[in-house]
Amino acid sequence: MTTLLSVRNLTMRFGGLTAIDDLSLEVPAGRITGIIGPNGAGKTTLFNCLTGFYKPTFGTLRLAHPRRGEIRLEALASHRVARDAQVVRTFQNIRLFPKMTVLENLIVAQHNVLQRASRFSLAGLLGLPGYRRAERHAIERAAMWLERLKLEALADHAAGDLPYGIQRRIEIARALCVEPVLLCLDEPAAGLNPRESAELNELLLYLCRELGMTILLIEHDMSVVMNVSDHIGVINYGRKIAEGPPDKVKHDPHVIKAYLGEDDEVGEIEGVAP
Amino acid sequence: MSAIVFAHHSMTPAERLRDAGWVAFVGLVLGIPLIGLTTVDVGGRLAVDTRFGLLAVFVAAAFSGRLALRWALDRLRTRKLARDRTSTATAADRARGAQRAVNLLGWIALGAAVALPIFYSDNRYVVDTATTVLIYVMLGWGLNVVVGLAGLLDLGYVAFYAVGAYAYALLSTQFGWSFWEALPVAGAIAAGFGILLGYPILRLRGDYLAIVTLGFGEIIRVILVNWTELSGGPNGIGSIPRPSFFGLEFARRAPEGEQTFAGFFGLEFSAMHRIIFLYYLILVLALLTHVFVSRLRKLPVGRAWEALREDEIACKAMGMNTTHIKLSAFAIGAMLGGFAGVFFAARQGFISPESFTFTESAIILAIVVLGGMGSQMGVVLAATLLVLIPEFGRNFAEYRMLLFGMAMVLIMVWKPGGLLAHREPTLRLKPLDTAARGREGAR
Repeated sequence: MTTLLSVRNLTMRFGGLTAIDDLSLEVPAGRITGIIGPNGAGKTTLFNCLTGFYKPTFGTLRLAHPRRGEIRLEALASHRVARDAQVVRTFQNIRLFPKMTVLENLIVAQHNVLQRASRFSLAGLLGLPGYRRAERHAIERAAMWLERLKLEALADHAAGDLPYGIQRRIEIARALCVEPVLLCLDEPAAGLNPRESAELNELLLYLCRELGMTILLIEHDMSVVMNVSDHIGVINYGRKIAEGPPDKVKHDPHVIKAYLGEDDEVGEIEGVAP
Repeated sequence: MSAIVFAHHSMTPAERLRDAGWVAFVGLVLGIPLIGLTTVDVGGRLAVDTRFGLLAVFVAAAFSGRLALRWALDRLRTRKLARDRTSTATAADRARGAQRAVNLLGWIALGAAVALPIFYSDNRYVVDTATTVLIYVMLGWGLNVVVGLAGLLDLGYVAFYAVGAYAYALLSTQFGWSFWEALPVAGAIAAGFGILLGYPILRLRGDYLAIVTLGFGEIIRVILVNWTELSGGPNGIGSIPRPSFFGLEFARRAPEGEQTFAGFFGLEFSAMHRIIFLYYLILVLALLTHVFVSRLRKLPVGRAWEALREDEIACKAMGMNTTHIKLSAFAIGAMLGGFAGVFFAARQGFISPESFTFTESAIILAIVVLGGMGSQMGVVLAATLLVLIPEFGRNFAEYRMLLFGMAMVLIMVWKPGGLLAHREPTLRLKPLDTAARGREGAR
């Protein structure tokens, strides 16, 4: 089992507040890694460091890119993390382009490829065949993901007008159009009903098992995390308190303490899932 | 559901009377000092006179006006609800209908624009006003790139208009460049200024962006006023050469060895020739702008602008370099403003900083917002309205601007999203026509 991403001694301070404190973590390639922890534990901060939105105070984030060799993510600006390292994220509070159609959202995700093909818009303005071909490919790729995520009937609807659960799926489809080496999902099950979150499980397993994608997942919904994750890291107060397969983590006394407080009788953490 | 909403909105006669009564009461309170009391001159001294009869008329007018307005609004709403309930049109049908209407409107507008000078070939006022409309259309289309598509609120757009105008004025009067030589260069200079403005405000958004762009517009104007050696200061630059028709001057007599337009075509000289030529020139420039912007919108850069307007953080997460996207929007918008400026200078023959005040920026922005952000056809409608309303309002003398303001308020109440708020997607998975045919086949 090779490691795709290795986080070493990551520290993120905001003034006097230490959001992440000396965190080390390995993300194995081709697996689903879950990150859990109570509210305010530093999970989203970890994502923001990973995807270039924050510059870590200290520590390294090494990505073993299958084609481009080792990339140090902490040195890259956010757009380069997505473009060059192909580490792509979704957001806890969905961030689609609401007035644009679902298809346009997925085409915008392929901006860099298309922009290169349009030669600073010159080839595009003239409608040269090279650009037309690139645009057709982009639409085909978008159509493929729309079909796999059962969204093709909604392709020409404005993304912002669609129901919440569907918007979550569109955001994942859009991220997939960037061809991620590492897909980071920030609470993809938040706000989903039980049926939708069961569908999400299926989707994540499909992406990982069938397509060999590496997924890093922040989630509060234990039915999702415990069922799909191969590997779970638990964070509390910015520190890693446990790491391992779901069954081991579930029974770890530190984890139970973090979720339920001290001196509690309950032995399973499913009970606290919101 | 709709029945409940409907019931909630319809008022009983008693409620209507009470509603109108309130309005009349407010009218009465305001009316006592405004209408009821008036000062009169009694033998060189001021005295207060009362006009309660007139006040009663006003209050009665407010009462009955409110009743009539409520009744009309309720009726409109009832009809709309009934139509919505019975209509079976799908979203796709409506989108197709809207798109068709916009296209039709566009072709009609184009036909009217081309035919206008033929029908008004001896009416200088009409052709001049139409030329002004087209200048604002072009400016609106330019600003539409920055504000409507990229979502960057720019309150200093007039700066680029000024840069284009002064660039042409200086190039032509100092170096003898012709209109056509100066046009691309002035556009490039304006684009350069666009990038110059773009850099310091890359990190700003919303209100802060608006303040800095406002400042930039003023800085350019203040420089033009004070840098007398370059710009002639408040006196401006005069005797700017007029554009020629492929080297043929619009003049009564040609200089040695050259021909005039009228002479070449064997026409009687008329001052209208140049006016009409200028009109068609700005029409062509505006149409080129339209084709250029519409095509850009459907290219990656155009979609990137719209994505930037929708969510900048998501853009970054998709690997898009937002710096490039913002600067390209500023540069393209500024370039189009610069082109319009060149035309303005060439048409007027004289420019001074007074033509480039904040009011101009505000009017151009109003055109974009009133038209419906990002809508090309909306800009045409709004520019026509905003130029024509004050023109028609000339009869109302000092109430002209009041009329103008009232029209704007009414439009925003009636259509909060702008005159044409419909957004046509840049591409579709299923073209609208085949989608419709497929559904009809299934029926």
